[in-house]
Amino acid sequence: MKAAVLLFPGSNREGDVARALKHVTGIEPTVVWHAETELPAGTDLVVLPGGFSYGDYLRCGAIAARAAIMDAVRAHAARGGLVLGICNGFQILCESGLLPGVLVRNARLRFICREALLKVERNDTPFTRRYGKGAIVRFPVAHGEGNYTADAETLARLEGEGRVAFRYVMADGRRDDTQVLNGAANSIAGIVSEKLNVLGLMPHPENHVDPLIGSTDGRALFESIEGMLEKA
Amino acid sequence: MKARVLVTLKSAVLDPQGKAIEGALRSLGVPGVASVRQGKVFDVELDGGDKAKAEATLKEACEKLLANTVIETYRIEFVG
Repeated sequence: MKAAVLLFPGSNREGDVARALKHVTGIEPTVVWHAETELPAGTDLVVLPGGFSYGDYLRCGAIAARAAIMDAVRAHAARGGLVLGICNGFQILCESGLLPGVLVRNARLRFICREALLKVERNDTPFTRRYGKGAIVRFPVAHGEGNYTADAETLARLEGEGRVAFRYVMADGRRDDTQVLNGAANSIAGIVSEKLNVLGLMPHPENHVDPLIGSTDGRALFESIEGMLEKA
Repeated sequence: MKARVLVTLKSAVLDPQGKAIEGALRSLGVPGVASVRQGKVFDVELDGGDKAKAEATLKEACEKLLANTVIETYRIEFVG
């Protein structure tokens, strides 16, 4: 498997996600600067890391979404290539049109930095195959703008097509849309594209891959990707 | 030529920042504020004097970058 991690001015989690990939799958990704126009030949997986690209100026992810490399990412996704956007990466994917909807300011206006409980809504995507269906996992979140929103029609389509991959849940594992930490519509934490090959999520699976940290709930996400590409 | 672009949230989209400002105005005792919605203003200087061309340019700028039309609408005004 060949992986590329994109680097925009203001990205700051590229090292962590590269380390997580190496730690879990043994694969050392190539870091690709945003001004490049092509991905390294044979790239299977593109990762858009977290951070604050362009200082969140204009709208979070808006300027990065128009970077030169994004045309190559769009072509990669259209070919069925895997794309994973975490946190700011998810915001960039929404702004670029690779995923529908948009991430806006958290409902209570505060930056949220804590662990979140998530339900794995489907385990038949390239990113979640190694989780049990309905599994409850713990990933950290660290964002000021993670409040997922879309028009009613888009939300209905996402739900109808089963494209919500991860949802925020309460301590008892149930979903409560009135108590979502950031106000996200339908408790949405992560969604996949129509062909399931693009995943965007606000929480950080790359933080939880080493038992030293206290949880390895994120490992299965990277194992899923690895297994998927080995099979191919 | 000078133009002003106003980008505002669509009315159906919740605006937590506007709400917070509205609350702050109320707690300051500013009377008669029914509601506040926050938006953005871009002052743009354009080359040339052709207004129709300038309008097309600004529309392109809005659609491509200045506004996210999923949640925002924009308005173009020419100044002076």
